[in-house]
Amino acid sequence: MNSQLLIQLLVNGLVVGTLYGVVAMSFVLIYKATQVVNFAQGELLLIGAWVCWTLLTKYQVPFYVGMPITLAFMFCFGIAVQIVVLRPMIGEPIISVIMVTIALSTVFQAALKWIYGVSPQPFPRVFESQSVSFAGLQIQTVYVMSLVVSVAMMIGMAWFFKVSKYGLAMRATAFNQQVAQSLGISVKSVFAMAWAISATVSAVAGVVVAVVNGVSSGLSTYGIKVFPAAILGGLDSIGGAVVGGLIIGLLENVAQYVDSEYLHWGNLYEVAPFYVLIIILMIKPYGLFGTKDIERI
Amino acid sequence: MATPSIIPAGDFRTSYAADTTIFPTPMSRNAALAGIVLVCFAPLLLSEYWLSILIQIGIYGIAALGLNILVGFTGQISIGHAAFFLLGAFTSAYISNTLPIPVFFAIPLAGLLTALIGLVFGLPAARLKGLYLVIATLAAQYILLDFFSRAEWFSGGSVPAMAQPFSLFGYVLRGDRQYFYVVLAYVLASYLLVTNLMRTRDGRALVAVRDHYLSAEIMGINLTKYRTLSFGLAAFFAGIAGALYAHYQLVVSNEGFGIERSIIFLAMVIIGGTGSIMGTLMGTAFVVLLPESMEWLSAGLKGSAIDRALSLNNNLTFLREIAIGVIIILFLIFEPDGLAHRWRQIKTYWKLYPFSH
Repeated sequence: MNSQLLIQLLVNGLVVGTLYGVVAMSFVLIYKATQVVNFAQGELLLIGAWVCWTLLTKYQVPFYVGMPITLAFMFCFGIAVQIVVLRPMIGEPIISVIMVTIALSTVFQAALKWIYGVSPQPFPRVFESQSVSFAGLQIQTVYVMSLVVSVAMMIGMAWFFKVSKYGLAMRATAFNQQVAQSLGISVKSVFAMAWAISATVSAVAGVVVAVVNGVSSGLSTYGIKVFPAAILGGLDSIGGAVVGGLIIGLLENVAQYVDSEYLHWGNLYEVAPFYVLIIILMIKPYGLFGTKDIERI
Repeated sequence: MATPSIIPAGDFRTSYAADTTIFPTPMSRNAALAGIVLVCFAPLLLSEYWLSILIQIGIYGIAALGLNILVGFTGQISIGHAAFFLLGAFTSAYISNTLPIPVFFAIPLAGLLTALIGLVFGLPAARLKGLYLVIATLAAQYILLDFFSRAEWFSGGSVPAMAQPFSLFGYVLRGDRQYFYVVLAYVLASYLLVTNLMRTRDGRALVAVRDHYLSAEIMGINLTKYRTLSFGLAAFFAGIAGALYAHYQLVVSNEGFGIERSIIFLAMVIIGGTGSIMGTLMGTAFVVLLPESMEWLSAGLKGSAIDRALSLNNNLTFLREIAIGVIIILFLIFEPDGLAHRWRQIKTYWKLYPFSH
C-alpha cells in the first residue's frame, strides 16, 4: 500500500475529473439544446488550445490578451460550424447528424495535424510554476489553477442556465422546441448559441490542459472520455455530466494505482472508463441523473 | 430508395414474388451474370496492382455490407466496426494456427465468433433506442484494441500474428491471382445472402424498425430481437471480411485499425448509399480508390509549386483523412442517398433520353 502515490493520484483524478466534467458539460449542452451527439467535442478543445498556442508563441501576445481572442474566435467558430455544417442537417435522421459530427472530427483532427505537425508542443509559461504544499502534499500551481478555472466555469454555467434570459430560452428549447418557438424564442439562434458556448467552454478546458501538459493531438481524447462521463451522469443532465466527469477522472487514476501496484497490466487507466461505460449501459442505461425515456403511444 | 428505377412499359408485377424479385427484367439478370463472368477473367487481364485493389474492394465491401445492414436497414450506427474486423482477422489466424481446422472452415468460424463477441457489446445497447449503440461500439473499439495489444497468446501482443495461406483440400492457394477467386466467391455469397435476407420477413422487419420503431413494435415486431440480429449480422460480416483479410495479408497487426478505420467503413456505407446493397460496393470502390487517386495526383504534382507550398507528399495521410471527412459531410448534406441514388438517376436519364420526363 503506497498511500503517498494513492493520494497523489487521487488529487490528479480530481483535477482531471473536473476537466472531464467541464468538457462533458459542454457536450451535454449541445445534446440537450440541439439533440446532436457531438463526436467533435475533443477537437473543439484541440482547436482552442492550438489557437491560443499560436497567438502566444507565433505572435508573442501576452496571455491575458491571447486568451480573450481565443475565446472570441472559438465563439465565432462554434456559430460557424453550426451554420455551415449542422444547420442543413436539421430534420435529417439522427444517425446522419451523428455521422456529420464524426466526419467533422476527422477533418479537424487531420487538418490540425497537417498545420501543426504530430509532435506535441510545450505551452509557454503562463504562471510561475511552483508547488504549493497542502496537507503534506506537493501540488503544482497549474493544478490548482485548473481546478479553480473548472469550478468557475461550472458555476458560470449554472448561473447562465438558472438566471440569465438566454439560458432560460435554451432550457425551454431543450424541453420542447415547438412550444419554445411559439413563445417567441428563436430556435435557430439558440442552436447557434449552444454550439458557440460549448466551443468556448471546451476551448477554456483545452487551454487549461495545454498549460499543464502541452499541446498535442492527444488532447482530443478528452472528447472520447466525454462519453463514459456523460453516460454515467445521464446524457441529458448537465449536473450529471459534472459528477460523471469527476467519477471517471477519479476512476482512471484509481485504475492506474491498482494497475501499477497489483496487476501490472499497463495501460489500464486508458480503457477502464470504457469497461465502466459498458457496465453502465447494462445496468443503468439512463445514468445517474438522466431522464428515463417514457413514450406515449 | 428515393426514386425506383424506371420499369419498361407493360412490365406489370402481379404477385408479391414478382415484386420482390432480385432482377426485375431478364436484361438486368443477364447483365449481372455477364458482369460476374467478366470479373472472373480479371486475374488473367489485370496487373498485380489493380488486382490487389480489386481484392481490397471485395474484402472491405463485405465488411461495409455488414455495416450497411446495421446503418442502412436498421438505422443504428457502429463506430467499432474496425475492431470487429480485426477480431475476425485474429480469430481466424488463431484458429487455423492452433487448432487442426483448415483455413477454409476457419473463416466462417471466425465470423460466427466475432458475431458472438459483438453481441456482448451490442446487447445492452440493443435494448435501448437511439444512440446508445454508437457509444457502446465506441467502447468496444477501445476495449478490443486494448485487448489485442495485450493478449499475446491470442494476437501476439506487440508482434504481428501470422496467418496461414488459404488452402482447399490440401491445395494451397498462393498469390493474388488465386486468392482473388476466394474473395470473389465470398463477395458473391454474402451479397446474395443479404439481398435475399432483405426479401424475407426478417429483412422487412429490420426496415420497419428503422422507419418507425413504435409502429413496428405495435405490428408485432420484436424490437430487441431485430436490433440484436442486425448488430450480430454486422459483426458477422466484419468478422468474415477480417478473416479474409488475414489470410490475404498473412500477417495481422493492430496497426491502422483504430477508430479512423471504423469511420472509413462508415464512409463507404454513406457514400455508397445507406440501405442500398449494390451501393455498398460502389461506395467501397470509391473509398478504396480515393487514396490511390490522391497518390497519383500528388505524384503528378511532385516538384510543382503547389507541392512545395503545401508539402503534399509528406502530409498525404492527413490529406486522405481530410478528404474522407469532407466527402462524408458533402454526401450527407447534398446526396444523402449516396452513389446508388446517383446511379439510378443516370440510368433513368439515359432510358428517357432525350425527354427528361
